[in-house]
Order: sequence, then C-alpha cells, then structure tokens
Amino acid sequence: MSDKPKVAFYWCASCGGCEETVVDLEEKILDVVKAIDIVFWPCAMDPKYSDLEAMDDGEIAISFINGAIRTSEQEHISKLLRKKSGVVIAFGSCAVMGGIPALANLKNKKDIFKRSYRDSPTNVNPEGVLPQTETDLDGCRLSLPEFYDTVYKLDDVIEVDYYMPGCPPTPANLETAVQAALKGELPEKGAVLLPDKSLCVSCDRNETKPDDITISRIRRLTEVQADPEECFLAQGIICMGPATRDGCEYPCVKGNMPCTGCFGPVSDADQGARMIASIGGIIDADDEGEVRDAVSAMPDPAGTFYRYSLSSSLLGKKREER
Amino acid sequence: MSNFEPNIIAFVCNWCSYAGADQAGEQKLDYPANVKLIRVMCTGRVDPQFVMNAFRGGADGVMVLGCHPGDCHYRNGNIKALRRFEIFKNMLGQFGINRERFLLDWVAAGEGQKFQKVTTEMTEKIKGLGPLVIRGYVESEVV
Repeated sequence: MSDKPKVAFYWCASCGGCEETVVDLEEKILDVVKAIDIVFWPCAMDPKYSDLEAMDDGEIAISFINGAIRTSEQEHISKLLRKKSGVVIAFGSCAVMGGIPALANLKNKKDIFKRSYRDSPTNVNPEGVLPQTETDLDGCRLSLPEFYDTVYKLDDVIEVDYYMPGCPPTPANLETAVQAALKGELPEKGAVLLPDKSLCVSCDRNETKPDDITISRIRRLTEVQADPEECFLAQGIICMGPATRDGCEYPCVKGNMPCTGCFGPVSDADQGARMIASIGGIIDADDEGEVRDAVSAMPDPAGTFYRYSLSSSLLGKKREER
Repeated sequence: MSNFEPNIIAFVCNWCSYAGADQAGEQKLDYPANVKLIRVMCTGRVDPQFVMNAFRGGADGVMVLGCHPGDCHYRNGNIKALRRFEIFKNMLGQFGINRERFLLDWVAAGEGQKFQKVTTEMTEKIKGLGPLVIRGYVESEVV
C-alpha cells in the first residue's frame, strides 16, 4: 500500500460532464496520480460498494462528489463517502445547487413518472407499469433505489467541506483545488473554491457596456445576429453574467453565446432574484402591459434564471396550491 | 381554515406609503394586525430576494407599497420595482405559489384610507388562500 493521499470520485444525478473534467486534465492527470491514489472512481474503475464499506473512517483524504441527490442510492453512497473521507468537495453545479436535474423540481415525482413511463409517445406500456422499489419476479425479490419527489443539493444530505460549481468545473479549477489540497492550502471550511465576484467583472465585453443600459425588449438568440464584441445585455439578449460567479474564463461568451449561469451565484445571493433585479433594472417599460411585452420572449423565467441552481432557490420547489 | 391568521409582510417606502400608514394611524383607521411593516427608503430598493426571504421565512403574503408612478422621491425607483415584480410574479406561478400572495401597489402619503383598504383586502385574500408552506426542503422530506 502506498502512503499517497487517497482520493475518490463519485457520480450522483448528473450527466457525467464532471467526470469528463477529470479526463480533460489530459497529461496533467499523470502528475495528479503521481501525487495521489485514486481508490474509488466507478466511472473509470471497477470498485464495489463493499470495497468502500471495508475502508476505515476518514481513510480517503478527499472525495469529489458530483451530481444532485435524486435517489436513495445516491444519498446512501454520499453518506458512506462522507464517513470515509476527511474532506468532501461538492464538485460541479449539480452537487452544489442541483444543476440541470433540479429543473425537475418544477414538477413532481408523479408528473415525471406519468410522462416518462405512460404518456411519452415512444413508450409501449399498455399496463401503465411504473418503477417500484421492490418487485417479485420468478421467486426472486428485485430492488431499485427510491426516486425522491425532490432533487436535493449535496449539502442537503451530508456536510460538505468545499464547493466547486461549474457545469462542468474546468480542468484548471480542478487542478487548482487538487494542488491546494496537496499543499494543505485549502481555505476555511465551507468556502467556494473560486473567486467571489460576478462574471461581468472579468468579461472582455464589460468595456462595451453603456453606463446606463436600457433595452426595449428581450430578444431570443434566434431572432438576432449577436454582435461578437458588444455586451449581450446591451443587445437585449439575456446573459446571466451579473448573477453568476466568475472562474470559468467565459468560453461561452468568447464563442458569442451568452452566459447561462452554470457557475451559480456569488455568496449569499439567490441567482434568480439577482437576475430579476438586474433585468428589471434595465428594461425600458413604464407600465405593466409594456413590461409584459418586453419580457414576452422569456416565457420561462424560473428555468432561465435557475437553470443550474433550482435546488438552492429560496422558493424551494413547486408546491400544489389549493 | 376560519381561524387562520396569516402572516403578511409589507415593504413600505419611506416617502409615500409609510407616511400613508402613519396617516391611517392619525385618523384612527384600523388595519389588520396581520400586516407587519418594513420601512425601506424606496420600493426600488426592495430586491426580489427580500420578498423570497419573507416567503421562505414564513410569510403567507407579501406586499410592496410605494409612491404612485411619477411621484417617486428618487425619480423612477417605483417603476424599476414594477418591472422587477412583473417578472417576479411570472416566476412565482412557476413555483406553484399563487400570484395573489404578492401585491405591488401605490399608496400616497395622504392616502391613509387606501392603506387601510389594501391591507384589509390583502389579509382577507390570504385568509382565503390559507397558509403558505414552501416545499422542497430536506428537513421535512429526507430522513
């Protein structure tokens, strides 16, 4: 057994892009594995949950957990990793604030099952069977994890030491975190391992932003040819820059696509609220009708402003009002 | 639900609506004790996050009361509030929260009676809607 620090990667409800970030370290991963021992990484290796259970408490130095908590299995393994790890890093937007899976919080389990297993046009399910946690088949009892009604962020179910948002975090973000951990230079517990300022601060296009932006109406990307130099908001295109944390080096904006907010808000802010405050401040409309016209190209404010952060919204998830 | 006494937060602007509430007091006009006032300098200062925090913290209804359009002490703070809360109301609906739980209205310094009217009507409306319980928090659902 080597005495290198042990590291684990785990994947809950997410697309797998965060695991891709690890692969995208390219040859730098050789430096990383020189310094650490990856002991648990189901995406790339073949460990069993029993291997993890057999480890001592605190034996793993750092666990990077990506993905939101959608099922009982994800909750169980996250709790197990918490027990076995010194430091747990919520890795990627799904773990930090629910990410794309959390958009399902605008629906509930019943609606989702109905759509996925009954109403979807590609389904053949005449008996309307829905997934069950326990099924008896040919004398055997089969089990599936429980599907929760709500998509939770990781720190709703376990204590998280550090946060690294991003969809996905960049390889540079990951490398910085690993290096800081190896050198014992991690900041105070609970910190987000990224700068606490908004994307606009470092965006190149910030210089083209007028002092007092006013827009007559919101435009969809499909209806305009976006100017490749000018601030998106000044062009009437929703850009989440004002409500989003810096740290990604804005590849989207460089590719002439507005920010969609994947790094989440800065400290103590609610991303949706911050964005409404921002957009509301620049729309040039003086009565309710004009405001409705101006924002008519944005029929889904919750999905737009909380695309990656719905589990952390102050408004919770969709409720059924009488 | 007849015994339900709602918790209502009202953000009132210093220059018009707070003075309007004051005038209601001077004229001895009763308004429901369910409405708790928070005095702010301008409705333009009321970040949507304040309203969300109020809902999350247990408010069943939230009001933002400011100067009539054209009368804002800071020129157009109330108009900025109007723009923000129009978008905000759309979003409330997506979270399954009845939009009627939120009210943006204008009450001038001399409108003690209007203050009485909007606060009374809001209280009655929220009594009809029942308590607001925000869902999706882990404390109640994952053990």
